[in-house]
Formats: sequence, structure tokens, C-alpha cells
Amino acid sequence: MVELDSATDLKRTPLYDLHVRLGARMVAFAGYEMPVQYRSGILKEHLHTRTAAGLFDISHMGQILLRPRSGRVEDAGRALEALVPGDMLGLAVNRQRYTLFTNAMGGILDDLMVSNRGDHLMLVVNAARKAADEAYLHSHLSVSCAIEPLSDRLLIALQGPKAEAVFAAFAPEICAMAFMEVRTVSLLGANCVVSRSGYTGEDGFEISVPVETAEALCERLLCDPLVAPVGLGARDSLRLETGLCLYGSDLDETTTPVEAALEWTISKTRREGGERAGGFPGAEAILTQLVKGAARRRVGLKPEGRAPVRHGTYLFRASDDNTPVGVVTSGGFSPSLNVPIAVGYVPRDVAVADTRLFAEVRSRRPPVRVSELPFVPTRYKRDLRIKESADVC
Amino acid sequence: MLKYTKDHEWLRVDGNVATVGITPYAQERLGDLVFVELPSTGTKLSKGAVAATVESVKAASEVYAPVGGEVVTVNDKLTGEPGLVNAEPTGNGWLFKMKIADAAELDMLLDEQAYNALMTTHNGH
Repeated sequence: MVELDSATDLKRTPLYDLHVRLGARMVAFAGYEMPVQYRSGILKEHLHTRTAAGLFDISHMGQILLRPRSGRVEDAGRALEALVPGDMLGLAVNRQRYTLFTNAMGGILDDLMVSNRGDHLMLVVNAARKAADEAYLHSHLSVSCAIEPLSDRLLIALQGPKAEAVFAAFAPEICAMAFMEVRTVSLLGANCVVSRSGYTGEDGFEISVPVETAEALCERLLCDPLVAPVGLGARDSLRLETGLCLYGSDLDETTTPVEAALEWTISKTRREGGERAGGFPGAEAILTQLVKGAARRRVGLKPEGRAPVRHGTYLFRASDDNTPVGVVTSGGFSPSLNVPIAVGYVPRDVAVADTRLFAEVRSRRPPVRVSELPFVPTRYKRDLRIKESADVC
Repeated sequence: MLKYTKDHEWLRVDGNVATVGITPYAQERLGDLVFVELPSTGTKLSKGAVAATVESVKAASEVYAPVGGEVVTVNDKLTGEPGLVNAEPTGNGWLFKMKIADAAELDMLLDEQAYNALMTTHNGH
């Protein structure tokens, strides 16, 4: 009944020993041995992040610097715009933006965060894609930029409504930061790059910290009773409740930004009539879809019963139809709402809230309802002076 | 006295009826359960057939019939409280009871000592 994990050829993050001391159950994820949960379990870790603060090791993700050879960050921004549909030239210093590497068909090669660090750009990419992304950047941007993967820095995240209060004890200046703002902050004497962002829907911070300081910083943060270590299990249920995409499940090379309901990542300047319209891979297909709509769309799904509807589950218009019209790409359970939730792709005509579809679960066809995303409202600390429709919706 | 399968089900035999659940090790490996799908009363199961599904936040796992027989009772409490399987896997977190078709199949199950030995091998220490 239980599959036993076999750990072969897996990389470990420098926080491995800390995870084990904290009672983590380690599993294979994107080539790394990562904590899926700690002693308290996924439900408690999830709810703790929603009510207090969760500490996550996300150092399996790739951090890559794009350093313009000219020394002018706008040259890196201009170069990167050849690969993504976001406004990179207009990204202000110390601001961060979510964007996508698209391919010639308009599909998605990866989703990533880009920060303007004044004289260079800093990218955070998915663990499973980092080698491919690095090679891709080398082959397309190495004329104008040096591409520097950061192997001497870990990435940790502190997320939740109490994250600010906890973190302020280490660096009071972080209170002044707004959502999607980035700063260099000294923590335990080490220069860290802190962004006020994350992937849980909560206010919080991602901290790029030198390897030699990371464990001490985590231990200090964990001394605060408001902070609990949180594994990848709860990270996944938190992002699913927030309607955020998981690359490889919700997004892939055959999914376009319009199908994925990520139109907001296509900046105004890159759209038809914009100052730098198009010019990214698949622009023609994507900008056409942006106007005309796509045949299918990513939507939220709420199963009517208690049974979770998992990744790969087919969706039908009627309970006795033979041909599926859609598929679930992420599915599980919402600890906050105490009901099953899912995300999937459905034809445009049924991508309307409250439409009833049927999922195929173990030879039965329980009904599911199309639902608005996010399932749980986000609580980012937005700076209302900044128009950031193109940052994160 | 409980009997076990190598797939981490336990059963408690009382006359010709067996109560079936998953082991403490299994519930711990699965993590917090959020849904349990139980068989209908009257279902006839052969040994090794899928009898129930237990779902954690992350994944669904099947529970197999440890022996052949007919389902006579299911633990309805689990519908509203699937976490009982985590809290009391060999007590109030039992899954279903079945009438044993062939008592000889019981001899193929593991006793506690053999099951624990199997766990030690699996865990590699």
C-alpha cells in the first residue's frame, strides 16, 4: 500500500542535516532530497503558514544572475525581453516581476521571477528546469550578458501573516518593503537579497542567503515560537489554494500563457500597439490568442463530494460521456477550506464559474464545479502607490 | 492478536469475521488523511483486491483485502473524520469488517514479529 522511496543519486541542499534534526520526512523532488513534511504534518504546517509563519527551504530552485557586459542593467532587460513576454526594460530598480520563458509555438518553457538589482538582473527559476534554463540563457543572451548561476547562495522563504513581525527582529528595515520589492539586507552579518514575495498567497519574504549563514539564520528564525518549518507538501497545498501554477503540471511546453489564464504576465508594452510589441518567442500565436481567446482555459475546480480529484483526472461534460473534454493538472485538498480543490484545463465555453462537469475517479463520475481562482484570497502587502498589474495578480 | 500483510494492512480475527485497517507505520508514511473511500456492505472481495482508498493531502493509496470474503460492516465514522485513521490506526480508525471466505488464507499473513522484521529491512537500519 505504501511505496517506499529509494534515494539514489539525489542531491542534498546544505540544510539537509537541519531538516533531519527537525524530523523531516525526505522525498525525491526534482533531483533533490527535500523535506515533504516535518513532525506536525502537512495539514498543521499549512494552517500554521496561514495563521503565523512558515519557514521553507527552497534552495533546490535555481538562482541565476544576468550581468550586462555593458554595465547597464537596461541592456540585460532588453536582452531578456527577447525570451519573455514581460516588460523587463520597465522593471524598476529593486522591483521583482513574475514572467515566463515562451517557445516558438507560444508554449511555456518555465515560469520565473526576475528582479532588477541595479546593475544586473536576478532570476529565480524552477528546480527541474534550471539546467535547461541556464543553457537556454547561454545560447541566447551570452553576447550581451554574463550568465552566473549562484551556487554559493541558498534560497529560503518565510511566509505568513506573522512573517513581517518575526523578520523585523533581524532587520527592521524590511517593514518598509512592499510586495514584489527587493533589497539587500544584512542578516547575521551576511549580505542577503530579500524579496517581499513568495508562493503561498501570504505576505512574506524570500531570502537569498550565503551558504555559510543559511543554517544559523534558519535556526535563529525557528527560535521564534511563531515560526514552524514547513515542507514541500504544504508548499504545494498553499500554492494550489492560491491558484498559482506548478510548472510541469499546470504549465508546460504545450500550454500558452493565454490558456493558462496568465494574460496579466503579457505586459502592455509587449502587446499589440505597445512600445515594444511582440519580439518574444511565440509572440504571434500568443498575441493572437490574447485578442481572440484560446480554445481551452485553466480554471479552478471544486469537487462536490469529499473525494479529492488528482492530477491527470479526465473531465466530462456529462456523467455518461465517453470523450473527455478536459483534464485536471493539479488536485488535492484545501486545509483552509476543508474541501477538495483542483485546477484544470477545460474548453472555453465551460470555463465559467459554477459550470458543472464530471470527473472520472475510480470508475465513478463525481460532479465538480468550475470555480473562480484563487480559492483562498491572497494577503500580499501591496504598495498602493505602485501600479503593479504586471507583477502578480 | 493482529495479523499483517506486507502491504501494511492489519486484521483482527474474531470467529469468522476479520476487522481490517492500515498499520501505524502506513498511516505515518501517508501523512494526514483527508478522505477515506470504503467498500459497500455486501461487496465480495478476493484476496488482494482493492477494498478501500485512503487519501492524504498529497496522494491516494489503495488498501487491499488481506483475505477473501464479504464486507459486512464499514467504519462510517471515517467519512466525517478520516483523521481517526492517523490518530488510532489499530483502534477507532479501523476501515471495514469482512466475513472470511477461506480461513486457510489467514495462514499466509504475517504475525507481528514477521511484520516488524519486514519494516526493519525496508527502513535499512
